[in-house]
Amino acid sequence: MSARNRELFGLIPAALLVTAGFAGVFIQRQNVLTNVSLTYGAVFLALCLVAHISIRLTLPHADPYMFPLVALLASFGIVMVYRIDPALARRQAEWFVVGLVLFVLTIVVFRDYRKLEQYRYIIVAISLGLLILPRVPGIGAQVNGAYLEIRGPGGLSFQPTEFSKIGLVVFLASYLRDTRQVMVLGARRILGITLPPLKHFGPVLVIWGLAMLALVLLSDIGSSVMFYGALLSMLYVATGRVSFVVIGFIAFVLGAWFLGTHISHVHARFEDWQHPFNHQLYNAIGGSYQVANGIFAQAAGGLFGQGFGQAILTIPGTQAQLIPFAQTDMIYAVITNELGLFGATALIITYLLFIYRGFKAATLARDSFSTLLATGLSAVFALQVFVIVGGVTRVIPLTGVTLPFISYGGASIVANFVLLALLLLVSDRARRPVT
Amino acid sequence: MNAQIIKLFGFFVVLFALLIIWTTRWTVIDANALNANPLNSRNVILAQEIKRGRIFADNGEVLAKSVRASGRTWKRVYPQGSLFAHTVGFFTNETGNASGLEVSDNRYLSVTQTGLNSVFGPLGGNQKVGDDVYTTLDPKAQQTAAQGLAGREGAVVALDPRTGAVLAMYSNPTFDPNNPQVTPACVAVSCRLDRATQGLYPPGSTFKIITTTAAINTGKFTPNSMINGDSPKLISGVPLQNDGNQSFGDITFTKALTYSVNTVFAQVAQDVGRPTMTQYMKRFGFYSKPPIDLPSTSLSPSIVLSPGGKPFAPASPNEDIGRIGFGQGGVLATPLQMAMVAAAVANGGKLMTPHLTARVVDINGQTVKTIQPTVFSNVMTPQTASEVNLMMRTVVDEGTGTPAQLGSGIPFAGKTGTASIGPSGSNETVPWFIGFAPANDPKVAVAVMIAKSQGGFGGQVAAPIAKDVVQTLLAEGK
Repeated sequence: MSARNRELFGLIPAALLVTAGFAGVFIQRQNVLTNVSLTYGAVFLALCLVAHISIRLTLPHADPYMFPLVALLASFGIVMVYRIDPALARRQAEWFVVGLVLFVLTIVVFRDYRKLEQYRYIIVAISLGLLILPRVPGIGAQVNGAYLEIRGPGGLSFQPTEFSKIGLVVFLASYLRDTRQVMVLGARRILGITLPPLKHFGPVLVIWGLAMLALVLLSDIGSSVMFYGALLSMLYVATGRVSFVVIGFIAFVLGAWFLGTHISHVHARFEDWQHPFNHQLYNAIGGSYQVANGIFAQAAGGLFGQGFGQAILTIPGTQAQLIPFAQTDMIYAVITNELGLFGATALIITYLLFIYRGFKAATLARDSFSTLLATGLSAVFALQVFVIVGGVTRVIPLTGVTLPFISYGGASIVANFVLLALLLLVSDRARRPVT
Repeated sequence: MNAQIIKLFGFFVVLFALLIIWTTRWTVIDANALNANPLNSRNVILAQEIKRGRIFADNGEVLAKSVRASGRTWKRVYPQGSLFAHTVGFFTNETGNASGLEVSDNRYLSVTQTGLNSVFGPLGGNQKVGDDVYTTLDPKAQQTAAQGLAGREGAVVALDPRTGAVLAMYSNPTFDPNNPQVTPACVAVSCRLDRATQGLYPPGSTFKIITTTAAINTGKFTPNSMINGDSPKLISGVPLQNDGNQSFGDITFTKALTYSVNTVFAQVAQDVGRPTMTQYMKRFGFYSKPPIDLPSTSLSPSIVLSPGGKPFAPASPNEDIGRIGFGQGGVLATPLQMAMVAAAVANGGKLMTPHLTARVVDINGQTVKTIQPTVFSNVMTPQTASEVNLMMRTVVDEGTGTPAQLGSGIPFAGKTGTASIGPSGSNETVPWFIGFAPANDPKVAVAVMIAKSQGGFGGQVAAPIAKDVVQTLLAEGK
């Protein structure tokens, strides 16, 4: 079977899931099955088919599993968001359309994605600019103590870091492609530690210093973990030097310690992480209530979950949220609550499979830029999943990033479709038969 | 670079495994502790959506029911108001704010979803409805008890000695379970305190039934043993006087009980000895919380207090066993405990476990559980029981308990008590009456306690209330 036919068949689980999911929510809500759920399923399937045909026409050799896996995640996501708030699901579906348009545009415009390298300084400048935008008075907005969003007219909000992550990975892939050899060859051993030459490593440090500074200003720890992790991942793959990663990691720990002790918002997050059931922290405004109730929601889920649509999101008779940010940060807690450990594990494995396909594309790529690009995109995607799921499950302190393709959020959906497009582009080139 | 990519992927596999392990930790390993965490309002919210089962009196009167509050939630209504407040208790949707049978029978009244039910339950659009609980309580007797106390601080307990079924249990001051908010006026009189099961009072001469039982059942004394009833007598090195410093000379044990002669019982208790007295107190239920189906937080064990106010260990060599022998000397008992003493004698020496829950009926009318009578302890031989029974009859027939006489030829066996409290000379008393009727075929055992009286005697103050409650119950064919 050809790659594209495998992809087409791979969409069947997503189609079934979205239809069954909507049916489930409808049964729960009104005890009757209406044909609206089937319509939703059909529309979603049509969108998937459009994307599939675009891939078929433009990237015939691309990895056949990536898109079905994303479709599975996205269909799961829209059902969850619908179950939390039908109005949000409608907007989420509109963002899917925008995402698909950008997906196709990316493929068409950057068909030879290697020309991105020519614009790497422009890209990195734009990426850093996007990062700082939420701090600009008038359009920036503070959410949960961090500057994450820019707000436009008509209640439109947008998280620019979602795009910055792609831009920075593109830049790093290009820069490390150029300098990886000299970094390894020019490395010197000082006190038994192998250090990269400052001349070539310097620009990376400068740009990352700027990025980190911006993040400190924005207090967005989640994104800084994501970006820094992606940098270390790419550095490791590019140079093969564990020592670089260790140095970077130590630098990060020092930075985290500094953040944890000097920025009250970050310090509070650390405290909430360590002691979510402390009464004082629990009752504090913006305290550990969110983390603690996320844990309670998971505990109530047990092995098999409470059933689809059964999670308690608000305290009855009030507008108070039992699970705050259920549709964004805490969506993993809602999923675990309703589908249990089994559902949550299936979700994490789905993510892992997608990441596996991303790294697979990286290994198959025939040039260093492609390899590094696919590595960086896969790593930043994996880290995003880890940061938010790890935050909700208390592996690490909770910081607000979206669960890719599942959480509600326009920028997240659109940016991740661009990320998917780039991975498919790398994959197509890598798997294209040599003529 | 591929080797590094594979290692990097391995690293992410480890990270993701951590996510699954932590999710397992919350959903499986720590789940029970988290579900029970007081901060976790999930159970409270779910509880509000359960239509709790009703609680009924033994004649089918509704004592508690659920009505729609707002949306999907329910609230509790108690049609009898304050009459059953301590026993039936109350239930609000706040965590930990509930009492009585509402707590101890919660597992019947609320439904808990388990296993497959939670997976397939939602598809049926089911409503969660708890089971109904039928109690042993008799509303008329309860009403009689409340009227008898007439607003005075005290408690009344009536048991069926043959089964342990609680027929009436009333404590005053009381509160309205429909509005269980704690008001300052309520706090001032400890309105939430269930004086029947939790309040501790010196039992006075009602305790002599325990001393009598120990004395006869061990064979040391018989009802006809002659004992010196002079006053004063030196007990534990301190002179002890009878009421009015009356000397009785040598009298029978029966006569000593009939006229409640303290010096006799102090001597008998000393002769029986501390270990044996303690053993019999334990058989009657002292030193442990009453074995009744109420939350343990509303139960107190009957004990002996040191003059310093701390409980003595059972059979402590420092306790004044002579004065304990007639219900002073620091001994404290709950009215339920003293009702159990009467019930043990009434039932031929076999003390039945008191219980309030009779049966549990599900939404389809099926009885899913019936509470069977169980023996709490074998206190004394049937022979001893019948002898103590006869001795107690003379108390009502011709002794201190005559105001309890039922008339119409129904024999009443009883014992009065008038414990001194407050500073000496204050003349403050705790009037008591315990007993059972008909004495030749006991169907009701009763204990009445008034927490504070200005010189009132048990026979005058408590015995008439006991009489009314017993008459009410016997008239109903109990």
